[in-house]
Amino acid sequence: MTALPETTAKKLGLVIDLDTCVGCQACATSCKEWNTGGYSAPLTDQDPYGADPHGAWLNRVHGFEVGDGPSSQTVHFPRSCLHCETPACVTVCPTGASYKRVEDGIVLVNPDTCIGCKLCSWACPYGAREYDYGHGVMKKCTLCVDRIYNETFAPEDRIPACVRACPTGARHFGDLGDPDSAVSQLVAERGGFDLLPEFGYKPVNKYLPPRQRRGGQGEEQASTVDATPASGGAAERLFAWVDRMLS
Amino acid sequence: MHPAYSVILFTTASGAGYGLLVWLVLGGLLELVPIERGLGVLGFGLAFGLITAGLLSSTAHLGRPERAWRAFSQWRTSWLSREGVLAVATYVPAGITALGWVVLETIDGLLAVTAVLSVLGALVTIYTTGMIYASLRTIRQWHQPLTAPIYVVLGLASGAVLLDVLLRVLDIGDVWVDWLAGAALIIGAGLKWAYWMRIDGEPRDYTAEAALGLGHLGKVRPLEPPHTQPNFVMREMGYRVARKHALKLRKLALLLGFGVPLGLLLLTSAAGWVPAVGGALLAALAMAVGFVVERWLFFAEAEHVSMLYYGAEAA
Repeated sequence: MTALPETTAKKLGLVIDLDTCVGCQACATSCKEWNTGGYSAPLTDQDPYGADPHGAWLNRVHGFEVGDGPSSQTVHFPRSCLHCETPACVTVCPTGASYKRVEDGIVLVNPDTCIGCKLCSWACPYGAREYDYGHGVMKKCTLCVDRIYNETFAPEDRIPACVRACPTGARHFGDLGDPDSAVSQLVAERGGFDLLPEFGYKPVNKYLPPRQRRGGQGEEQASTVDATPASGGAAERLFAWVDRMLS
Repeated sequence: MHPAYSVILFTTASGAGYGLLVWLVLGGLLELVPIERGLGVLGFGLAFGLITAGLLSSTAHLGRPERAWRAFSQWRTSWLSREGVLAVATYVPAGITALGWVVLETIDGLLAVTAVLSVLGALVTIYTTGMIYASLRTIRQWHQPLTAPIYVVLGLASGAVLLDVLLRVLDIGDVWVDWLAGAALIIGAGLKWAYWMRIDGEPRDYTAEAALGLGHLGKVRPLEPPHTQPNFVMREMGYRVARKHALKLRKLALLLGFGVPLGLLLLTSAAGWVPAVGGALLAALAMAVGFVVERWLFFAEAEHVSMLYYGAEAA
């Protein structure tokens, strides 16, 4: 049913730390590996050994350069479904194949009823849904719905494959609807933010901004501020000298 | 946006079919055209043919066309579903009206009710087709107040030109249908012109910095792409026609879709049967090419917000 639930019991999602992500692609490959055999199986590839290899992946890691000059930095940017609270991708679906789960807020596609009209991918501003040319249906992040509730797994494995694979701990999984959960606390601490909040789809997944770099823009500004009193009288210059010596 | 030929054919052909249905039935209700078998067979035949060809063509865009029937279920939230439901529902009153017209040569009594319902059904179906696109906030060039009205007016204009062709072929043409087609073409061209001015003049509100949420750190430049070859998102959403080509194609769409049919219909309005039919057929042909170009541009000029993650600076 493509009508959205009023509320969901939980808001399961990911928190992605843009500060510690190193762009190693482990989450993306681990996602592909798990999901081509899991709920979304198969995730087909086209022309895999030819000149134009491409295929359905549920997680993509971009690399961007942000800022100019000495304060510029590289930001690795993993991008997958944000499991929005009010996603347009679900309401545009003509068949009811796309739906948002009442129990945990996960947005899923039923591969047995999807007609492959691609309208949901047009409605998503995040480019999170990928059409599977081989399977004829739409594929998307399932938040590893077939891992997180799997009681045959050791508890530490009952998390999405991307989170399990991340070598730097840049990906966190939990209930973002619970303000006391570890992920909610992390978002509060680090100033986690939504992607394109202007659309009003209320993404559940949050991104943590890169921390200020040593010698970066922030510190330059700080030293400029510190230096200002030095241009004043002798007492100010003395205090500034003391401040520099002590700091 | 990638201009899929199946969707271009679907929207133009079914639009023309519904437009023809509207004018044919309205003409019958207002006693502007004779309720006789020949016109009924040709008119309803062409209208149903175009509508059905368009709807079948739309299923070619599906990855799983055998499941298309499932699209009738989500009319409460989905414009695509509403379009499907209304398209199929309109066959019922239109089919009954057509039977009355062709078999009994009347649309009086209860048939007048089905006639009115088929006109309303046709109009609302074209509108829902437009709303599939107009409702998508991710594509600025589609999320416009003029998008759905243009779909309706272009459907009605192409329907009027086709009715003019039929009336001239049967030699029952009257000057009112020339004026109707002419007026619809002029309104269509005007709306399309206003639409192009609007999408050209509007600011591009979304930036790559906003999409990444990193605007406070400065300008964003793509450094390492996530994949070497274009993926589905880039192939589907990243298609974009070059600006100078778009301007040429806009002129071509205006000329062939509106100018040429308008001129031909009015020039041959009072001519004998051969030039009148020839002029109308040429007008319909030019219009078909022009409207296909217009619909192709509707897709090719549309920019999707997700391309901000793939190097687009603004959308």
